[in-house]
Amino acid sequence: MVLFLAVTVVTYVIFYVTPSDPARLAAGQGATPEDVQRVAERLHLDEPVWEQYGRFLWQLVGEQSLGESFVNRQDVNDIVLRAAPVTGALVFGGAIFWLTLSIPIGIISALRPRSLIDRAGMVFVLIGLSAHPVWIGLIFAYFIGYKLELTPITGYADFFNPSQEHGGPVQWAYHMILPWSTFAILFAALYVRLIRANVMETMNEDFVRTARAKGAPESQVIRSHVLRNSMLPIVTILGMDIALALGGAIFTESIYSLPGLGRQVLQSYENFDLPVIQGIVVFSTLCIIVFNLIVDLLYAVVDPRIRLT
Amino acid sequence: MAVLEVSDLRTSFRTDDGVVKAVDGVSFSVERGKTLGIVGESGCGKSVTCLSIMGLNNRQNTISSGEARFNGENLLEMSSRKLRTLRGNEIAMIFQDPMTSLNPVHTIGRQLVEAVMLHRDVTKRDARLRALELLKAVGIPRADRRIDDYPHQFSGGMRQRVMIAMALINEPDLLLADEPTTALDVTTQAQILSLMTSLQEEFETAIIMITHDLGVVAEIADDVVVMYAGKVAEEGTVDEIFTRPYHPYTWGLLGSLPRLDADLDRLVQIQGSPPSLLNPPRGCRFHPRCPYVMNVCRSVVPELLPVSHSPQHLQACHLDEETKDQEVQKLLEGTLAEAS
Repeated sequence: MVLFLAVTVVTYVIFYVTPSDPARLAAGQGATPEDVQRVAERLHLDEPVWEQYGRFLWQLVGEQSLGESFVNRQDVNDIVLRAAPVTGALVFGGAIFWLTLSIPIGIISALRPRSLIDRAGMVFVLIGLSAHPVWIGLIFAYFIGYKLELTPITGYADFFNPSQEHGGPVQWAYHMILPWSTFAILFAALYVRLIRANVMETMNEDFVRTARAKGAPESQVIRSHVLRNSMLPIVTILGMDIALALGGAIFTESIYSLPGLGRQVLQSYENFDLPVIQGIVVFSTLCIIVFNLIVDLLYAVVDPRIRLT
Repeated sequence: MAVLEVSDLRTSFRTDDGVVKAVDGVSFSVERGKTLGIVGESGCGKSVTCLSIMGLNNRQNTISSGEARFNGENLLEMSSRKLRTLRGNEIAMIFQDPMTSLNPVHTIGRQLVEAVMLHRDVTKRDARLRALELLKAVGIPRADRRIDDYPHQFSGGMRQRVMIAMALINEPDLLLADEPTTALDVTTQAQILSLMTSLQEEFETAIIMITHDLGVVAEIADDVVVMYAGKVAEEGTVDEIFTRPYHPYTWGLLGSLPRLDADLDRLVQIQGSPPSLLNPPRGCRFHPRCPYVMNVCRSVVPELLPVSHSPQHLQACHLDEETKDQEVQKLLEGTLAEAS
């Protein structure tokens, strides 16, 4: 709650101190000063910032409404709800991508340090960490999408409502392959390192030695004594990363023209469209809060030491 | 018959700074149902000796040579598959720190059952019954309920009892106990030790007890090996070592014991600290700290030889026996004199 208030207030204040005139932008190019004045009044931009903020809170609590866009008077709730599933699809799909990639690589390279696989994994990590998503996105789009024509380069296909051109689960997944891979690479690289470090650390724990002293074969030692213990910290970080990414994967969405939150926030920022920005901020803050809760609950399931009695 | 006969065991680690000879030619043997105490300061190779016998050293940077014959078979040359069937079954080990030696995410019941199922062809039910039996044997109150608890719900002493239960669950012939009481408070130490001795009688287990606590050795050991810097300094029955010790290092250890009857401001200590095994001193490894150091000590490595009055009592020191007897006399009287 405190977090929520702090974040929204900061957004308002920053917006207020930014030298801009949203009313003039909203009124259009040929508007007279009187028009601009009228627009400002209608958008309540002439009021002091704390009154604007109060109005925003009042609307949010009283009517569960995020207000209307300055630019096209659309309901912000609608805008966010339309963009969120796209980002959600990108983030969750990407998370599955990066986990399926990083978990096996991380574990294998931890078990066989300095082996060929470990070294190859480290090269991948280095590339993933150094390469900017925009660059990776462009490379992917050019080679896989344009040259080989394997996948579409841009656009988004609705999962549930097939339009005349494309839609439905198959088209949806087809359109998402490139964005998923692009988005996943940075995280996959990070997670390979993370998992490798965690597994290696757990391998040195006393209870792993105990398990070996019991006469357990190595595979069983790893399965029942190393993996679960080393995945504990990963759960926390995964939750945080997903929550953060839900606020908008700006780069990936921009490259592939996905109508998600990231692209929306970029557009709205160009137009000084405070209500939309604020709406997305509210949404991503909520995501972070909710995911923190989920992570805490999940942690209690995975780690008996944290279980509430 | 000896359950375990170790002869000329050597273990060295490759490190970035060079080769560390952690164990350098150690020999001893343990009889069925008897207890061997291995004493020495931290870092003198006690734990590594045990881990080498168990084959639990990190395989990538460790080299072991020599022999460790368990019921006649050399453990050091055994295939890892064969060794696994012995580990936890006929040779078990208890570790120093009960707080970290149990897996925090599994119930203790599950960890005990795992130990049974690895070596016995029994159902989970039977394994659980066996686990319960052992938990009762090591004195865990309300064992039938505690079996489904997690390690963090137990105190240190209780966890060490669980570790003992886990080690004894398959009735091993040999139990390696690596400072099992070091992490525990004195009262709990006494309980754990008496538990171990009573279980030893019941199962006829041979125990190798690693410790730096001479009090523990005096209480439960039959034979003692005093180790210094990867080598055996002195070896003999517990009576011999405590009444007629022949190595200055043993004198130092005995002299630094706190005494109830002496009123000292400060405990006596051996000057200096154990040498780095990367680059051990030439000659006798104890010579830089030895108050009786002679010229020969700096260049010639003393051999481990029997003393004249007892063939079972071995010691590695250049000092002549006459001086030693005088010094032993002084050591025993000296502390008595201080007391009066």
